[in-house]
Amino acid sequence: MIEAAQLPLWVALLTAMFLLVGAAFALIGSFGLLRLANFYERAHAPTLGNTFGTACILAASVLCFSVQQSRPMLHEVLIAIFAFVTTPVTLMVLVRAVLFRDRLEGRNGMPRPEVPSRTAGPPG
Amino acid sequence: MTRLLPFPLLSAGLLALWLLLNQTLSPGQICLGGLVALVGGWLFARLGPPQTKVRRPGVIIRLCVSVMTDILRSNFAVARILLGRGNPQRSSGFVEIPLALRDPYGLAVLACIITSTPGTLWASFNPATGKLIIHVLDLIEERVWIETIKNRYEWPLREIFE
Repeated sequence: MIEAAQLPLWVALLTAMFLLVGAAFALIGSFGLLRLANFYERAHAPTLGNTFGTACILAASVLCFSVQQSRPMLHEVLIAIFAFVTTPVTLMVLVRAVLFRDRLEGRNGMPRPEVPSRTAGPPG
Repeated sequence: MTRLLPFPLLSAGLLALWLLLNQTLSPGQICLGGLVALVGGWLFARLGPPQTKVRRPGVIIRLCVSVMTDILRSNFAVARILLGRGNPQRSSGFVEIPLALRDPYGLAVLACIITSTPGTLWASFNPATGKLIIHVLDLIEERVWIETIKNRYEWPLREIFE
């Protein structure tokens, strides 16, 4: 279906370069999951694959398919936007769950617990 | 206008999304997309979300550019740390940032920016005190982070949304 051999050389090279760089960043991010010391640090690592890694792979996709079909493919822009908008949701849920547990267990290095003040909320 | 299009920006976004997904500008798809945009706007209005006004397009563009450069820069910085090329005495920790931004949409965008930037993580936000806690992977000086977040992101977001 995809005739990679028909791509001009410079497009093939650029596409391959973007793919490799993107994959490398995703790999470094996953490697970070293995290396880092605690949960909060580990939560930083996958963002690499999520931002620059994704951006590179999407750039490769845009380049390759734009040249092949001789019209711009903009689906990739949507992928980037949705990734940007949805990442915080899962990450915040995870982080808040761990934060809650750590505060409850009183582990070291946690920010001091915010006393859930019933008076500060809306009246009633 | 307001009854028909309660959220014009949302509806325009839905129409653009529809056309992008279908990769076409044919009149039929524009009609269908327009219908989706209209109904989407009405359904969203039923949820009773807070109203907001988006201002200052110049500030939006400048914010986008600075967010993209920051994401790119911190990608390389975090990659260096993960590969063990960073400062061996690196320490990570939490930073407390007092925010003046109260607009829920502004806060949502700030959350996207902070979590999407490698090296910073949104930990918690107290809406009563406006105190935001973020986790920073390479924490050198708290004050620098507070100033960065406040000047680079919070100020433009307040210009845009408040």
